[in-house]
Amino acid sequence: MAGTTTARRDDTRLAILFILPALLGFLVFLVWPALRGLYLSFTKFNLLTPPEFNGLDNYIRMAQDPVFWNAMRVTIYYVVLNIGFQTVLALVIAVMMQRLTRRTWLRGIVLTPYLVSNVVAAMVFLWILDYQLGIGNKILDAIGVDKIAFLSSDTWVIPTIAFINVWRHVGYTALLIFAGLQTVPETVYEAGRIDGASEVRMFRSITVPLLRPILALVLIITVVGSFQVFDTVAITTRGGPVDSSRVLQYYIYDVAFGRFQFGYASAMSVALLIVLVIITFVQYRLTRAETSDLS
Amino acid sequence: MTTTTTPVAAPATADRVAPPERAGFNIGRAFAWLFMILVILASLFPFYWMLRTALSSNNALYAGSDSLLPVQPSLGGFERVFGTQSGQEAIDAGGAGQPINFWRYLANSVVVSTLITAGQVFFSAMAAYAFARLQWKHREKVFGFFLAGLMIPTIFTLLPNFVLIKQLGLVDTLLGIALPSMLMTPFAVFFLRQFFLGISREVEEAALVEGASKVRVFFRLILPMSSAPIATLSILTYITSWNDYFWPLMVSYTDNSRVLTVALGVFKSQTPQTGPDWAGLMAATLVAALPMLLLFMIFAKRIVNSIGFSGIK
Repeated sequence: MAGTTTARRDDTRLAILFILPALLGFLVFLVWPALRGLYLSFTKFNLLTPPEFNGLDNYIRMAQDPVFWNAMRVTIYYVVLNIGFQTVLALVIAVMMQRLTRRTWLRGIVLTPYLVSNVVAAMVFLWILDYQLGIGNKILDAIGVDKIAFLSSDTWVIPTIAFINVWRHVGYTALLIFAGLQTVPETVYEAGRIDGASEVRMFRSITVPLLRPILALVLIITVVGSFQVFDTVAITTRGGPVDSSRVLQYYIYDVAFGRFQFGYASAMSVALLIVLVIITFVQYRLTRAETSDLS
Repeated sequence: MTTTTTPVAAPATADRVAPPERAGFNIGRAFAWLFMILVILASLFPFYWMLRTALSSNNALYAGSDSLLPVQPSLGGFERVFGTQSGQEAIDAGGAGQPINFWRYLANSVVVSTLITAGQVFFSAMAAYAFARLQWKHREKVFGFFLAGLMIPTIFTLLPNFVLIKQLGLVDTLLGIALPSMLMTPFAVFFLRQFFLGISREVEEAALVEGASKVRVFFRLILPMSSAPIATLSILTYITSWNDYFWPLMVSYTDNSRVLTVALGVFKSQTPQTGPDWAGLMAATLVAALPMLLLFMIFAKRIVNSIGFSGIK
């Protein structure tokens, strides 16, 4: 049996063939739109007539647009609530699952909300949290608490939308963290137990530090995703009451498809992109995501 | 913080068995189970509630709102969703009186998701093979390029992609919805390349020595050997594309290209004057959720195990 290495061939022609469709997709639907989005942000464009260059007008308008700043504020508030709650809950769930059973069924059940669309989740909670008829308020009534206008009061709307998305995503996040937990060798816990450490102590001093790179990565992914919230808002409140749930992506959609101001919408998209880049960068640095205490 | 205790002698493969029982350990475990039971209830209750409401009648919903079982059970909700209830009957039952094209939307979703999944996985696999096993100049540089693309949030490309789709005359078509994701995603290329890199070279070399072309090796050897990750990637892609809302919403404006998620939103906005048709809405929601739930039940193990950072280090 020949054990020689194959002669050094040049597969360039074949490679081009194999790469072509993907490269086409990459250039046409990823790179080109990104560049174009940037270009459009400096134009006035209503889709019907060609874009006209208007310099920094869109950005100036954005800086003075109270609805834009409100959207930024509302979105940040949403992200903090959503990710804060989701990450803590996911961590606890992951640790509990680790403790109880490695079997698939438990993880499967926890993941179920993630399998349906945001639209489905929004609809069912629209019903459950309905002011008049929803079971949520019926339960509150039963325990003697005032009914809450979950999706129609400006104080509750963002926490409610955050909650809906936590319901949908916490299982996925928990599974990500759970997978990370598998990388912590049992020997480390055994050593801790021999030293007499309690479960809680071991969690704090062993699990959390060793999970840091995984948690950091999970945080980056979930924060970036959370900033792009749209579906839930579109189904439940459409930005209302007034502007109290008009998140960034919804405002961008509104401006683009409601008012046909694609140039301005593009400028706001660029703003969102910059925010995401900065946050990712800061997070990455803050959590030193690339180092691991395991090695 | 590094631990300085020397590890106790342990088996080479990290032991995954739960620690031995001790007194006081039971309380911890009991608490954990209690917590998880609450989580299970919270995860599954909304689905049950969907079913319960879908099988109820709208006019009984107020009076019976604390009943855990369907109130005044009726299939009216489902009838309105599938369009088997006449306009007048529907209005009497609290519905909007407009028929829904459910089967059309289902078909549209199937077409779009299938197009996206088949195209994306296949073309990404080809590109991944080129990056992993073919020899050509600039290979690593171009791959670096692809990786950089991973960092562009898709959301930023949505508006410009819409403009492009419009210019191609593909607005309100299924192809228009599928096209941007149909050729590849950086993630798919990355994921498959990782796997191809790990395939042992010997089998390949043997086939090449026998005179097989690299194309043949790809189709007859590599692809079949990668059936597991390809299946997993396909399922994940199918689910993601099925549940997509924002992009299909942008591209479609008639039933021609409306997918289930968008149709659900439209159904909701057809709220009759007397108030939302909750039974109908919940029936529609349930029906929209069902395909993915079924898929999940069939492929549960595979899907659950695919979540993690394997290969992305």
